[in-house]
Amino acid sequence: MAVTAVAGAEARPIPRLRRLEDERWLALALLMPTAILLGLFIAYPFFEGVLLSLTSQRVGVPGEFVGLKNFVKIWNDSIFRTTVWNTFWYTGVTTVFKLALGLWLAMLLNRHFKGKALVRAFILLPFIIPTVLSTFAWKWMFDPTFSVINWALFHLGLITQRINWLGDPDLAMTSIIVVNIWRGVPFFAISLLAGLQTISPELNEAAAIDGARPWNRFWYVTWPLLLPVTMVVMLFSVIQTFADFQLVYVMTGGGPANATHLFATYAYQLGIGTGLLSEGAAISLAMFPFLFIIVVVQLLYIRRVETR
Amino acid sequence: MAKTKRRSVLKLAGGAAMGGMAGILATGRTPAYAQQKTVHWLKWVDFVPATDQMFRRELVPQAEKELGMKINLETVNGNDLQPRITAGIQSGSGADIIMSFNSYTHLYANSVVDMGPLAEEVGKREGGIYKYAQAICSNGKGVYMGMPWAVIGGMIAYRKSWLDEVGATKFPDTWESYRDVAKKLKAKGRPFGQTLGHTFGDAPGFTYPYMWSWGGKEVEADGKTVVINSKETVESVKFMTGLWKDGMDEGGLAWDDTNNNRAFLSQTIAATLNGASIYIESLRKPDQYKTEKGEPLNKDILHAPLPKGPAGQFGFHLLQSNMVMKYSKNQDAAKQFLTWLHQEANYRKFFESQKGFATPCTAKWEEDKLWDVDPVMTPYKVAAKLGQAPGFAGPPDAKAQEGLSKYIITDMYAKAVQGMPAEESVKWAESELKKIYVA
Repeated sequence: MAVTAVAGAEARPIPRLRRLEDERWLALALLMPTAILLGLFIAYPFFEGVLLSLTSQRVGVPGEFVGLKNFVKIWNDSIFRTTVWNTFWYTGVTTVFKLALGLWLAMLLNRHFKGKALVRAFILLPFIIPTVLSTFAWKWMFDPTFSVINWALFHLGLITQRINWLGDPDLAMTSIIVVNIWRGVPFFAISLLAGLQTISPELNEAAAIDGARPWNRFWYVTWPLLLPVTMVVMLFSVIQTFADFQLVYVMTGGGPANATHLFATYAYQLGIGTGLLSEGAAISLAMFPFLFIIVVVQLLYIRRVETR
Repeated sequence: MAKTKRRSVLKLAGGAAMGGMAGILATGRTPAYAQQKTVHWLKWVDFVPATDQMFRRELVPQAEKELGMKINLETVNGNDLQPRITAGIQSGSGADIIMSFNSYTHLYANSVVDMGPLAEEVGKREGGIYKYAQAICSNGKGVYMGMPWAVIGGMIAYRKSWLDEVGATKFPDTWESYRDVAKKLKAKGRPFGQTLGHTFGDAPGFTYPYMWSWGGKEVEADGKTVVINSKETVESVKFMTGLWKDGMDEGGLAWDDTNNNRAFLSQTIAATLNGASIYIESLRKPDQYKTEKGEPLNKDILHAPLPKGPAGQFGFHLLQSNMVMKYSKNQDAAKQFLTWLHQEANYRKFFESQKGFATPCTAKWEEDKLWDVDPVMTPYKVAAKLGQAPGFAGPPDAKAQEGLSKYIITDMYAKAVQGMPAEESVKWAESELKKIYVA
């Protein structure tokens, strides 16, 4: 051991490697792989998308530059306006429910009980199962003819006629919202649970000794301390939900009569189904400003919360 | 996207071990197997599983032997063909031959090879290609963007005994009588069923012919003037709203192309427009599908065309063709393979394996004895002859395809059924179609 150490000290690193001893070079070298990956798979497709949306390209037909014409066209498109409304509604409602249920679940899981580890693992199941698979299962549960939900309600004597889950525009939206919440709650629960565990129990105990009731302890102690984590979790969730595709594609394909189209599914229908690549790109990009504003607001808020 | 198969890796490893990489490098030649022509054919997963089995076990090996080429047959869900075509064209690589549904041929016209010579040869030999197939596969000037393969006919499958019970001895042939029968049956908990969802097959297969039969149409023959907002279309929408409430399974708004099969086979609906797959499935499993009286269900199924309207009787059937892609480096081999497939003896194997599910696109097959084997299947033999394509009265071009893939006609009816006034839903469809045709 000693011998090798001496030998190592004697052999000077070759000059090129010595450069890495400078932290700036080392940082650059270490960042490079990530930068290349992000550039290749995020930045490049993004700029390609922007360029595409400014042309009149169709599948197999190289288009020409048309400026903002595609955006004007989708702005006047009633299906697109429905899509915008759907996406906001879908994201808003699911996020509120996912947060409320996730927080509740996290508080429950934060207590001590038998089989805690096992329950925690099971809670994650909806999040772990590939979305397409679990969505297919839900699709069957909402099936117009064979819905097990209808079957149960019927046999409990709660309904006399089938409920048309995916055929009625409002119920179809409600159905995909339910599935999204089901799938998203574990992510909130586990992340918030991690947040809860960083809060020292002494703070709560001290508040209890001072006579604070459970609700007050939550509102004045736990919640403010949990807020930074909550905001980050919400940020992730909003981005993912806003750009959701698989769930709607599998459950309704955007129907009935476009009642459940989201940005991603409508962009797919136009870009791939109709071959209007440039318009599809324009719809995908139309998502960007909305999402950008939401994210900036949230990030600013997180910074304020953290520096408070 | 070419798949790397375990087998080809093994072969490569074997080759390298025997000849050695050094050998390849020294001679500058790859071993002979790599020089063999390969044709990659991408088609849908057939609704008749026996056909795909037949291809893999019989026709493909036979073609490989007779043509001295390797044929790579890949099957995907029908809904996934378009993403694959798009990816292929945009990246300039992919399957050499891809199956097209309906007017994809017009949508991708710039990216495919003319199949005119083969179409002409087959047409001449087999009594002519039906107008329907010509309209969908060719540009009207002799260029064929796809080689017509087959029509998956859409006919109404219905329960003979249930219709008998309400006094209908044959399937209603006008929309009024269709509604009357459906109403009586719905009262007994056995409605007619039809999808108005976002699905490629049964929904447009019902709504387009329905609209045409009332005299409604998307555009004039010039393919530019949008004329959907007519008295006839509004009439058809109003009738549909009543029909839906009176006689149809209201879950149909959310059905995809498989829901009606399941609903029919589980005896919740009395009739539905479909390919022959319901009947074929009931033939395949006679013990599983029985009527409420315990008889085999397949003895109680008959087929009929869609009813007539004031303007006539129409059908819109799924037409399949094979496109040879322009990016392909094996165009000649691909054409050679298609020519071989369309030789009568070879095509017959496909035709017979379908048992009537697919109707060939040329007149000669109409007389084939296969249609006499099972009288229940006989109505399908004229499916290809009676078809009409979306975009009528204009050509079934890319714009018509755009209207189709945006589900405008289907959604026009779906909206009205959900409560929008008929005039308004037609106006909505008009404004959507104008965006396509006028812009």
